[in-house]
This record gives sequence, structure tokens and C-alpha cells, in this order.
Amino acid sequence: MTHRSVEVPVIARVEGEGALHIKVEDEKITDLRLEIYEPPRFFEAFLVGRHYSEVPDVVARICGICPVAYQMSAAHGLERLFDVQLPPGTRELRRILYCGEYIESHVLHIFLLAAPDFLGYDDAIQLAADKPDIVKMALEMKRIGNDIMATIGGREIHPVSARVGGFSKAPRPKDLQAFLPRLEWALAQMPAIADLVGSIPKPPFDRPAEMVSMVHPDEYPLNEGGLASTEGKSFDSTTFEEVTKELHVEHSNALHSLMVGTDTPYFVGPLARVNLNVDRLTPVARECLPRTGLSLPEPDPFFSMAARVVETAVAIEEAIRLISAYEPPEPSMAEVTPKAGRAMWVTEAPRGILYHRYDVNEDGTIREAKIVPPTAQNFEHMEADLRQFLPGVLDRPDEELTRLCEMVVRNYDPCISCATHFLRLEIER
Amino acid sequence: MSASAKPRVAVFKFASCDGCQLQIIDAEEALLDLAGAIDIVNFAEASSHMEPGPYDVTLVEGSVSAPEQLEQIKEIREQSAILISIGACATSGGIQALRNVKDVNEFIRSVYAHPEYVKTLETSTPIADHVKVDLELTGCPIDRGQLLDAVATLLAGGVPKISTSTVCVECKLRGTVCVMVAKGEPCLGPVTRTGCGALCPTWGRGCYGCFGPSQPPNTEALGRRFVELGLSKQRASDTFRFITGWAPAFREAADAVGDGKSEKEVASS
Repeated sequence: MTHRSVEVPVIARVEGEGALHIKVEDEKITDLRLEIYEPPRFFEAFLVGRHYSEVPDVVARICGICPVAYQMSAAHGLERLFDVQLPPGTRELRRILYCGEYIESHVLHIFLLAAPDFLGYDDAIQLAADKPDIVKMALEMKRIGNDIMATIGGREIHPVSARVGGFSKAPRPKDLQAFLPRLEWALAQMPAIADLVGSIPKPPFDRPAEMVSMVHPDEYPLNEGGLASTEGKSFDSTTFEEVTKELHVEHSNALHSLMVGTDTPYFVGPLARVNLNVDRLTPVARECLPRTGLSLPEPDPFFSMAARVVETAVAIEEAIRLISAYEPPEPSMAEVTPKAGRAMWVTEAPRGILYHRYDVNEDGTIREAKIVPPTAQNFEHMEADLRQFLPGVLDRPDEELTRLCEMVVRNYDPCISCATHFLRLEIER
Repeated sequence: MSASAKPRVAVFKFASCDGCQLQIIDAEEALLDLAGAIDIVNFAEASSHMEPGPYDVTLVEGSVSAPEQLEQIKEIREQSAILISIGACATSGGIQALRNVKDVNEFIRSVYAHPEYVKTLETSTPIADHVKVDLELTGCPIDRGQLLDAVATLLAGGVPKISTSTVCVECKLRGTVCVMVAKGEPCLGPVTRTGCGALCPTWGRGCYGCFGPSQPPNTEALGRRFVELGLSKQRASDTFRFITGWAPAFREAADAVGDGKSEKEVASS
């Protein structure tokens, strides 16, 4: 009998801490565990008893890379429960803020976290030594995303202005309009970026998969919309907990998600969104799509980087459109009167759908919280990918095999910090 | 990579959101220019290339909150000539230290599908509770400028000077309208150290303490003022017990305004 094991004690270039253990005996995988050892932080537990107005500041701390996603799912859900009438312009300003986060998060992943893999480097610093112009361009694009977030939110990591009821202060039109030339420059880079990503060879991988994303009749979905899957399912955010379920597995400090009924994994994120929203792509995004090599429908997670490129173009074009027409909401914050009940909302975080539920007491304090982050929804699918992918590459030397396994995981741009912070701890009453 | 005389820098993560590490990634260009350049030899979030110690400068993000981290932080300390803890988690236990006043095991036992899978400490604590720390940079997230200044100064053999002045003073210097006076909104600005540029009041809302307590903070008067503004004792206490709520000055303030007892003491009495 031949034994072989692949051990990746620390998966690099992902957010948070994970490890991968694979055992192979006689060309068969006998053990495969994506171990999530990132310690739990119990957000859902300590939200209990806190005032609703503190929720956006609390949940931002779940993730330094996508704080806006957490703030948006929380604010929208609570506002719907409280029947808040948002001042005109709030919706648009939130969308611009979210576009900034998409640009920042996607460019970070494409160039600094994923591209080094596909191009054979350890990191972006090595990549920069060989191809300084690409890395310089990527850093400038990322900075545009960061700067938009800081202009609207005060700072790009854990912005402070987004509140339940709107914004504590709205930026002046001229502050946002200053981004237009930079965004036009960024948009002009997109076709060449699409060509570059399209030219990168990727390992062959063919498997059916169910993908889930939001859908919206008029726009590429970010803050609002229904939910749909590539298997033809269609549901509302208020039934999220009936359609999906979570599983607690021993080797992971994050829960795994499955579809109720079939008990099968599904996956969320840029590739799911592009597949389900191809008709809502913006013009340059549409032009970039074939140049990345992506031809829809496409469930192969190795095309996630291509989908991120397409979505970066969407975010840039949407930011240009919305900033050009921007008028500050007046007042910036609506009156909010809390009431008892259940708040539920889904938004599209850069890594996929992010579900929040808050049960609220009459005095506006939180009785129970549940948050299902995109990466937790993807873990089960990541493990399934590895089981499917590995048999085809077992002939490769250890070092290459390890790198390939890490790439399978990195396709999902996993945010382990996010996923782990949701070990759900509810108090029984 | 060739061996060089450049200072070897490592970045490690404990329980956290990655936001402070992201500040480092965002400062990468500036870091490379620093002091004739440094070698970042271990930074898992940014690179597959990970070298073992010893390190000249080590940055640690996150709090100690899991059993294996107790050993890990000691090993990192042994390998590091200079150890800097960065961010609210590493310097005060972070927002996850809110569990320090609750019984975490009780939660786990009563509701978790498989409590035996969950390995966690009862408390989330700052790095300095476990090993000697040479410098603490507070903030949620840290300020990029403070980080670059501190690393540059240390590498030049100097001692970084971090302001302990308050957000409140910074507001006055900037001429920012006081949100507590004008809107009656609770604000931790009078007792929170600066570093953010008085961000929240500038953005029309109260400070919530990202950079931790100033020196010395008059929390007692502020707690009384919160109650006068109409906050319940619980909410006044919660205002201190937040992002940096496990920092001793804020912990004591939260206990004092909430009838002088911590929730743990109340629960066990």
C-alpha cells in the first residue's frame, strides 16, 4: 500500500487561519479536511442585549476586508423592520459605498492574493519585481476603492458614517465627483486586465455545481433583490433559513451550509452572480466577459478570478454612473423608531450572499442574532471541489500538488475570519 | 531570496478581523521604501513564502482567545527582538472581549450542536497580558501613519512617541462642532486617545473609543453625563463596554456606571 499525505499547515494569502489535511492511500483519498482553526469570536452571542444602533459598528468588526457588506445587511434589515423612510439619495450613496468595497476587495484578491498563484510567484512583492507596472496599476486601482470608502465612510476599514437610518453625514458632490477621472482611468484598464486574466492557463476542472446569488430586475444586485439558484430555485431573503441549513463539523470552527431537501452543497460569490445576472452587466463588463475566457453558463470555480474582473468593471461603471448623478441625501439620517419583531436581509458581499437576522425587543435591544457569511456557505463546496479535483492531479510532485490544492481553496477568496466568527451561540429560553 | 542585512519583519495574526493586517498591505509601498527597505519574511495573509525566526521586528494582530495561542505567543516572543502589538484586539482584547463578562461555556453547553468541538478560552485578552510587549499601537483599525512612524523610529534606534491626548482635544483644535453639546449624542471623545483624526465627530456622530482610553481619562464624570443625557445605566455602561471595553479604564467605567458591579459579579451573586 502506498501512503501519501498533503499537509498545508497554514493556507497563505487568504483572510484568516485555515489548514488543509489530505491522506491518500493506494491512489484513493481516505481523509480530507479543510481545518478552520481561526478562533471563534462569538459575535452573535455578544450582540444579544446591545442597542440596535450599535449593530453596524459591531458587525463591521467581523471583517476588515468587507465591513461595508456587514453594515449594509444589518442596516437594511433593521430599517425594514422599523419601517424607516430613507431620505432620497440614500440608496444611491450606499450603492456607491458598496462599489468602493467591491473594487478594493476584488482588486486585492485578483492581483495580490490569486494572480501570484496562476503566474507562479509566492506573493505580489515577487510579482512586482518581474512585472512592476501590473502591481503598480493594481495598487492604484485598489486605492481608488479604498478612497471612495473613506470619502463616504470616513475610513476604508470599519467606516463610521453608515448607520441604521442612513448616514451620519453625506459627502459633498464635489468630493465624490473628484473620483470621476480616476474611475475613468480604472475603467480604461479593464479590457487589458481581462485579456491578461484570460491568457492565464488554468487547470482543467469540470463539475456540475449549484450556485446561488441575488437577482434584481433592473440592476446588478448589491444591496437588494431576491435570491435564485442555477438549479432554477427562486426565494426571498425571509425564507433563507428554510431553504438552507447549517452543519457543525468537528474539524472546523466555522459552520458548513447545505441546501435543505437535497442536502447538497452550493456556492456563492462572483461566479454565481455573473452566471445569474449576465443580463444586468454594464457595457464594459459585458465587453470584458469573453476576453477573460468566461463563457456562460460556467460553474468551474477556477473562473472565479475572471468573474471578479467582470465585476470590478461593473463596480467602476456603476460608481461613475451614480457619482455623476449624485445629490446628497437631505437630511442624511432618517428618524428611526425601533419596534419589536424580526429583521432579515441579504446583501451581496464581495464573496457572496450575506444573511443577517435580528430578533429585536420593543426597546430596540437585540434579543437574538444570526449571521450567515458567504465563506461559511462555501466551505462544504470547497471540500467537495478538493475531493473531485485531487484524483486528476495525484501524479504531480508534492510541492505542485500542495499549490494546486491551495488554489482550489483560494478560488473562493475565503474569508475565514468572517466565517469563523459565526459559531452560533444562542441562549435557550 | 538572498540573505541580506535588511531587518527581518514578521506579521502574525491571533483572534481578529484582519483589518490591521490590511492596513499593512495597504502601506506596502511605503513600507518597502522605509529605512532603505525591510524584508517581510513571514506574513501569511500576503505571501506563501514563510521563513522561521528569529525576527528583528514582529507585528502581532489579534487577541489571545484560544488555548493553543497561549503557547504560540510565547514562541513568537522568543523569536522576536522587538514585538509590537497592533490594534484594539491585540492591545485590549478587542470587541470579542465582550464575552469576558459573560459565561461563554454556558452558551456553548446550552445551545451548541457539538460543544466538544469548540476550543476556546473563557476570555479574550491583550498580548501584553501574556508576554512582554515593546510597543502597543491602538486603534480599530490602527492608523497607517502611526505604524510607519513607529517602525521607522524603532529601526533607527529611537523610541516612538505616540500621543495620548484625546479625541476631544483634537476636535477643539480642528474646530469640529461638539456632537454631545450640539446634538446630545453620547461621545467617548473626552476619554479616548487620538489617532483617528477625531473621525466620528467630524462625521457627525459620537466617538466609540477605537483607540482606547487616554491618559488619564475622567470616565466617572462622562458616565454621569451619559445618564443625564437620558441613557439608561445599561446603555451608558455599554457605551464604555465596546470596541476597547476590556481596557482597564473603560472596564472600570462600565462597571461603575452600571451600578458598580460587573455582569459576572451580578450573575454569581
